[in-house]
Amino acid sequence: MSTQSGTFDDLQARMINATAKVVPMHRQIQGLKHLMSAKKAIFGPRRPMTEFVEKPIPDVSTLSLEDIDVSNPFLYRQCQWLPYFKRLRDEAPVHYQKNSPFGPFWSVTRYDDILFVDKSHDLFSAEPQIILGDPPEGLSVEMFIAMDPPKHDVQRSSVQGVVAPKNLKEMEGLIRSRTGEVLDSLPLDRPFNWVPVVSKELTGRMLATLLDFPYEERHKLVEWSDRMAGAASATGGEYADESIMFDDAADMARSFSKLWRDKEARRAAGEEPGFDLISLLQSNEDTKDLINRPMEFIGNLTLLIIGGNDTTRNSMSGGLVAMNQFPEEFKKLKAKPELIPNMVSEIIRWQTPLAYMRRIAKQDVELGGQTIKKGDRVVMWYASGNRDERKFDNPDQFIIDRKDARNHMSFGYGVHRCMGNRLAELQLRILWEEILKRFDNIEVVEEPRRVQSNFVRGYSELMVKLTPKDKKEAR
Amino acid sequence: MGTITFIEHDQTEHVVKFKAGCSVMQIAVDNAIPGIDGDCGGECACGTCHVIVSDDWFRKTGTPGDDEEQMLSMTPERTGTSRFSCQIVVTDEMDGMTVRLPEFQM
Repeated sequence: MSTQSGTFDDLQARMINATAKVVPMHRQIQGLKHLMSAKKAIFGPRRPMTEFVEKPIPDVSTLSLEDIDVSNPFLYRQCQWLPYFKRLRDEAPVHYQKNSPFGPFWSVTRYDDILFVDKSHDLFSAEPQIILGDPPEGLSVEMFIAMDPPKHDVQRSSVQGVVAPKNLKEMEGLIRSRTGEVLDSLPLDRPFNWVPVVSKELTGRMLATLLDFPYEERHKLVEWSDRMAGAASATGGEYADESIMFDDAADMARSFSKLWRDKEARRAAGEEPGFDLISLLQSNEDTKDLINRPMEFIGNLTLLIIGGNDTTRNSMSGGLVAMNQFPEEFKKLKAKPELIPNMVSEIIRWQTPLAYMRRIAKQDVELGGQTIKKGDRVVMWYASGNRDERKFDNPDQFIIDRKDARNHMSFGYGVHRCMGNRLAELQLRILWEEILKRFDNIEVVEEPRRVQSNFVRGYSELMVKLTPKDKKEAR
Repeated sequence: MGTITFIEHDQTEHVVKFKAGCSVMQIAVDNAIPGIDGDCGGECACGTCHVIVSDDWFRKTGTPGDDEEQMLSMTPERTGTSRFSCQIVVTDEMDGMTVRLPEFQM
């Protein structure tokens, strides 16, 4: 980024915050969109428009090390990620790719090295983004996952209560009844796509509850999240039209501002505050005026939505894929349902729904015999660390009673460790408990379709056929 | 050699033997004490081995380092004598120590 456009971004953020009290947030964001189009028309785009076209990925053994590019958003879809990362772990555990479509970056692929980078927030900054590429120009929202201490700590502590274990205890019954409701509505006589009907539906309902978002509009949360995380320039995803992101951000701003103002009014009228996210933000001294800092407001809501969406959704689907690839494990589970909590950790390890987090070196750092220069992008590939044979025995096997399943890296380590980890575990545990009550088998009947992304490791289609339990022994 | 007592949130007590030199987290995991996860394996990077040391023993466990302080500051159930048990290496002077477990780990 040139200094000039950096200053431009900074000015823009200050201008938006300064006018927040008088101009509705969604109007500001729409204004920003026009400003960006005008800027592009005058100065030309800061970077070329990215659109990824799928081509067959070559066998990794035919490539020289310097040509290995694990930022390819089709690596997971084409099931090539395993040999690619194995070669990096074995031959170049700290690897430099200088010509990726996202710019040059380092890949860290071994468990211990990833843990070191994740812990060392004094050496590696999470700012300004944790995805490999850049978000749409002009839409640099601020979220605490991409902030360093001490600012990070203040913002995180103000919202973490919403998913804290104490709050979750209250939610268990609700999650269970909704999960049961969804499972009871599934067709038994024909194959169907598990992703929209179960995985997306359950995570969408959960998000609407956490945010106290209008229940009948919950699909919006899922759509916003999918498009934000699926921006081509950011993660190699399928959404190349950046102007849609501005429309989404404006839409989100409108919905959430309304939600915020409604709650404010209800509280002013003497209503008790709830335990939803916005009520918690309004109760906290540091965030009670968050609505006057739009890029931060939108950023932190986006973070919560994406954090609770792609992750749990794809673990809900991934567990079924794993059980079908390793059918002995499903038999083991049915014989010993008490393995469910450990199995949940193993599903999260095996699937690793988010492939990585990105950092920027704050100074020159020696790692794995390489010198990472100050300012370089560093990608911690959790998906690779979770399959590191130096840490896990038979790492590619799905083993529901694996002893050290809990040591997986999918939640990250250090100050940015996943805040919703306990909620995710709870949702998955309940889903499997309720599945075992109802079904004798869930067969995956077609090869699943995987998402285009270097960040989200997920499924867009998972066709399954259910076998209900024998009626006599059911429930 | 010595003993250490873990008290769960529901008051269940577990008295276990230890050898000086290992961490309180390791002792808990080796003895399958419920409520200590130790997800990161002792790197002070996950916040899942939180214990509350009794007042009279707190000073003997030393002072939390910067890493630990950072992670403790994010722990919802932190108290004045909270520590991460992976960061307490037991010595013979800790014979008879009592630690309480929080209701939830982070």
